[in-house]
Amino acid sequence: MKPPPFDYIRPRGLDEALAILATHGPDARPLAGGQSLIPLLNLRLARPSLLVDLAFIPGLADVQAENGTVVLGAMVRQRTVERDALIAQRVPLLAEATRLVGHPPIRNRGTIGGSLAHADPSAEYPAIALALDAELVVRSASRERVVPARDFFVDLFTTALAPGELLTAVRIPVPPPGAGWAIQEIARRHGDFALAGAAVLLRQAGDGTCEHAAIALFGVATRPLRATAAEHALTGQPLTAESIREAAALAVEAIDEPLSDVHGSAAYRQRMAGAVVRRALEEASRRAGT
Amino acid sequence: MARVSIGLTVNGQAVSAEVEPRMTLADFLRDELGLTGTKLGCEHGVCGACTVLIDGAAVRSCLMLAVQAEGADVLTIEGLSHNGLHPVQEAYWEHHGLQCGFCTPGMVLTAYAFLQERPDPSDEEIREALAGNLCRCTGYQNIVVAVRAAAEKLAGAR
Ligand SMILES: Cc1cc2nc3c(=O)[nH]c(=O)nc-3n(C[C@H](O)[C@H](O)[C@H](O)COP(=O)(O)OP(=O)(O)OC[C@H]3O[C@@H](n4cnc5c(N)ncnc54)[C@H](O)[C@@H]3O)c2cc1C
Ligand code: FES
Ligand code: FES
Repeated sequence: MKPPPFDYIRPRGLDEALAILATHGPDARPLAGGQSLIPLLNLRLARPSLLVDLAFIPGLADVQAENGTVVLGAMVRQRTVERDALIAQRVPLLAEATRLVGHPPIRNRGTIGGSLAHADPSAEYPAIALALDAELVVRSASRERVVPARDFFVDLFTTALAPGELLTAVRIPVPPPGAGWAIQEIARRHGDFALAGAAVLLRQAGDGTCEHAAIALFGVATRPLRATAAEHALTGQPLTAESIREAAALAVEAIDEPLSDVHGSAAYRQRMAGAVVRRALEEASRRAGT
Repeated sequence: MARVSIGLTVNGQAVSAEVEPRMTLADFLRDELGLTGTKLGCEHGVCGACTVLIDGAAVRSCLMLAVQAEGADVLTIEGLSHNGLHPVQEAYWEHHGLQCGFCTPGMVLTAYAFLQERPDPSDEEIREALAGNLCRCTGYQNIVVAVRAAAEKLAGAR
C-alpha cells in the first residue's frame, strides 16, 4: 500500500465534521474528491493522522441561485459544474473553465471546494473566483465567516483557511447581461495544468468604452493574481487592438513572485502570460455587448 | 489503524469487507477481490490505466480509497463483457487499438463511458476524451480509429 496509515471517519452532518476537526486540530485533513490529496498521500508528501470524508454530508453539493448570485456548495463535483444548466446560463466563464480542469475522470471526483482549498497556483478555479469577485463561505465549530476571493489565496498551496475550518460554499455574483468573458491558457496537452493562463470579465458602456475590467492570472505566480494596473488602464478606454496590447503588457508586470519549474521557466511563463491576457481580452471584447 | 467496514457492488455482485482506510480502491479490486484487469501505472492520477466506472462515471481507482466506495456501484473491465467481447473491446481488437495491453482496460472503460454520453463524437472529441490515458506502445492513432469504430458498432446495435 502506498499511503502512510491514517484513520478515516465519515461524518453524516456538517456540525459533526466541524466538531471532529476542532478536536483533532491540524493532524486531521478534510477529504473531498481526493484528486489532489490522494496523490499526495500515495507519494507520502502528506501524512495526516485522520481523514474526514466530506462526501456523505448532506447539503454540501447543491447549486442554487439567490438574487443575483449563484451559490455552489463546496462538494459540488467539477463534472456537475461543467454540465449544470443554471451555471452555463448565468456564469458561462465558470463552465468553460471547468473543461480545462484535468480530464473527465478527474472531474467526476474532484470538487470545486477541494480545488479552491488546495490553491494550486496553476489551477483554473481560484483565478475564476478572483476574476468574478466570488466570496468564500468558511465555517468552524465556533463561527462562520465570509472571505472575499481577493483575501483567500495567500501563497503556494496556502489559503486563509485555518485548521478546523471548512470551506462550505462559494458565492459568485452573476455578471450583468452583455458582460464579455474569456479564459485562455497554455498547457502541454488538453487537461494539463496551465503554464500560463488568464481569466477575464469585461463590461462595455453604451459608447463602446470599457466600463469594468477584471483580469486574473494563473500558472505564473505563487498564487493567482489580479492585474489591477492593467484593469485600471483599460477602464474608460475603447477596446481596441492597441489598448488590449498595452493592458497585456501591464498585466505581466503584476507578476511579483514568478513560478519557475521543469515545465516552464519564469521568463517563458511571463511571455506566455502576455499572450494569454491579450487573447482573453480579445475574446471577451468580442463577446461583450452593451 | 482501525479497519472500516464497507459495502459496495462490484460488477453486479454485492461485496462487503473490512479494509484499512489507506487501501486504494485499485488495490482493493486487485489484491482483495483478485480482479487484476485493473492496472496500476503511475498511482497518482496521470496515466489512466486504473480507470473504472463508479455509478456509471469513469474515475481513477488509484485516486479513490476503498472506504470512499461505500455504497457505490463499481464496474471493472472484468464486468464489461457478458457473452464474448463487448463491442468496444471488439473494436480495439479489430483495429489494432492495443499492443501490450497494459493501458487497454483503462482505455476501453474510458471510451465506453465517453460513448455513452457522446454516441457520435468527432475525432477531436475522441482525442480530448482520451487525453488523460497514456499508452506507451500502440500509438494513439489506432486507438482513435478503434473508438470511432466502436461508436459505429454501438450505433448499429441500437
Ligand atoms: C491528472 C490530474 C490532472 C489535474 N489537472 C488539473 C488542472 O488542469 N487544473 C486544476 O485546477 N486541477 C487539476 N487537477 C486537480 C483537481 O482539480 C483536484 O480535484 C482539485 O485540485 C482538488 O479537489 P478535490 O475535491 O479532489 O480535493 P481533495 O484532493 O480531496 O482535497 C484537496 C485539499 O483541499 C482540502 N479540502 C478539500 N475540501 C475542503 C473543504 N471543503 N474545506 C477545507 N479544505 C478542503 C483537503 O484537505 C486537501 O488538502 C488535476 C488532478 C489530477 C490527478
Ligand atoms: S495508476 Fe491511476 S492514473 Fe495511473
Ligand atoms: S498497449 Fe501497451 S501501453 Fe498501451
